[in-house]
Amino acid sequence: MSAIAIGLTGVTKSYGDKVVVDRLSFTVASGECFGLLGPNGVGKSTIARMVLGMASADAGNITVLGEPVPGRARLARMRIGVVPQFDNLDLEFTVRENLLVFGRYFGMSAHQIEAVTPSLLEFARLENKTNARVAELSGGMKRRLTIARALINDPQLLVMDEPTTGLDPHARHLIWERLRSLLARGKTILLTTHFMEEAERLCDRLCVLEQGRKIAEGRPHILIDEQIGCQVIEIYGGNPHEFGALIRPYAQRIDVSGETLFCYAPDPERVRGQPRGHTGLRFLQRPPNLEDVFLLLTGREMKD
Amino acid sequence: MWGRYAAALPANAWNWIAVWRRNYLAWRKVALASVLGNAAEPMSSLFGLGLGLGAMLGRVDGTSYVAFLAAGMVATSAMISATFETIHAAFARMHHQRTWEAVLCTQLTLGDILLGEAAWAASKAFLAGTAITIVAAILGYAAWPSILYALPAIALTGLTFASLAMVVAALSPSYDYFVFHQTLVLTPMLFLSGAVFPVTQLPDAFQQVGRFLPLAHSIDLIRPAMLGRPAGSVGLHIGIICMYAVLPFFLSAALFRRRLMR
Repeated sequence: MSAIAIGLTGVTKSYGDKVVVDRLSFTVASGECFGLLGPNGVGKSTIARMVLGMASADAGNITVLGEPVPGRARLARMRIGVVPQFDNLDLEFTVRENLLVFGRYFGMSAHQIEAVTPSLLEFARLENKTNARVAELSGGMKRRLTIARALINDPQLLVMDEPTTGLDPHARHLIWERLRSLLARGKTILLTTHFMEEAERLCDRLCVLEQGRKIAEGRPHILIDEQIGCQVIEIYGGNPHEFGALIRPYAQRIDVSGETLFCYAPDPERVRGQPRGHTGLRFLQRPPNLEDVFLLLTGREMKD
Repeated sequence: MWGRYAAALPANAWNWIAVWRRNYLAWRKVALASVLGNAAEPMSSLFGLGLGLGAMLGRVDGTSYVAFLAAGMVATSAMISATFETIHAAFARMHHQRTWEAVLCTQLTLGDILLGEAAWAASKAFLAGTAITIVAAILGYAAWPSILYALPAIALTGLTFASLAMVVAALSPSYDYFVFHQTLVLTPMLFLSGAVFPVTQLPDAFQQVGRFLPLAHSIDLIRPAMLGRPAGSVGLHIGIICMYAVLPFFLSAALFRRRLMR
């Protein structure tokens, strides 16, 4: 088996005049979780669709599980499980029927599907919902069923497009835990997300996208060390520009976003010692995270 | 290059069955209501028009009017049933239900989905047309056993109108556009094809138009079978109906590919 699960080389995709994916290259090794990170509308879903052969690139090459895509995408999809951005379960069917119908799409017999259904439902923590109609399930349960459905063909690769968007924190943490157990079983995951926390927790490597271009790639903690490498102090209250000028000598970098001042400080104590004469300021000191990297690379100000 | 178009065509001769079975499973949950709903309209037309108008008209085309109308209603119900299944139910599965989107993530192709949907719509059309045929036969308006010849013609009619409706579904941004298919295509076709009165009643120009319509050729197959008469030009009728099934199928595949796989 090839050690490369997904390879993109110089992939470009435009809709009309709008370039959605711009000369993008990356490789995903077998067994790793690779994240595509970026704001909504940056081309993440388009990339996922191209990997699945549901959209064709204008230029460049895509290889998935050793198959050229889209030419032989169907053969690649036999070994892929997909968790789409929007739930597309059959609402009028029961949980069990959803798995039955989906297994048939992969050419599985009813006998084969019934053999794997209990373990899939156990994995998705839906053992007690086997005969419940999908319309009766909560959002988190539907997502878990979608993941179980994506596993019916025992895929090597999972393509997950925003798997936890719209879920409450409990449901999200359960999904993350389930995805980690899939990685432990040796599955490869391509994950698109705009949740920095999700990417930081799950991804072995990730690629940060802006307007269809790759602006950074690497392991989350290495990206954070390289790009930030010091504590971050968020300062609220008061005039951020005025106070920013005061602490500038002690900061590696200062960003202002709305009424908040972000100070990247190699020596946080010296920054915290500065508010003489400034009352009502609140300080939050924390380790740097992927969100800081992302905002550093793309700018803190809201973009259209 | 070929690979891009391969995605819009059926991958093999059996993948579509999984799509058909998905729709069958959904239909089974509402089967009784669906059958009654689909058969009620043509039945009431058949008996309302057939008996009411029939009393005034006397014999038409050498038979009672209700027996003449029966074949027209069988073909029409197959046409309507296949069309509505496609432009409403299949369109919903393509559009807001996102069923097709889920299927496209499996080893099925867009072509497999379209073939499964067309076969499913044809199955429902077959059911609706056959139900009326059986009722007509029980009441003595259709000849046994020659009505058996009508059955494959009913199924083929369903497939053809599913295929035509698939083109409409591929082009329509929303449900609002389907009414044009009904009012500008299906309703005129009903009158130009000899469903409710013999085409010989029409001016010559309209009769010529009728010769090109798929419904006219289905009726030319179904009516003799139901009346126990010998059918002429069977090969020609089947050929034309098949053409209306096959060409729109590929056209709809190309259109849906452009719409869904951009």
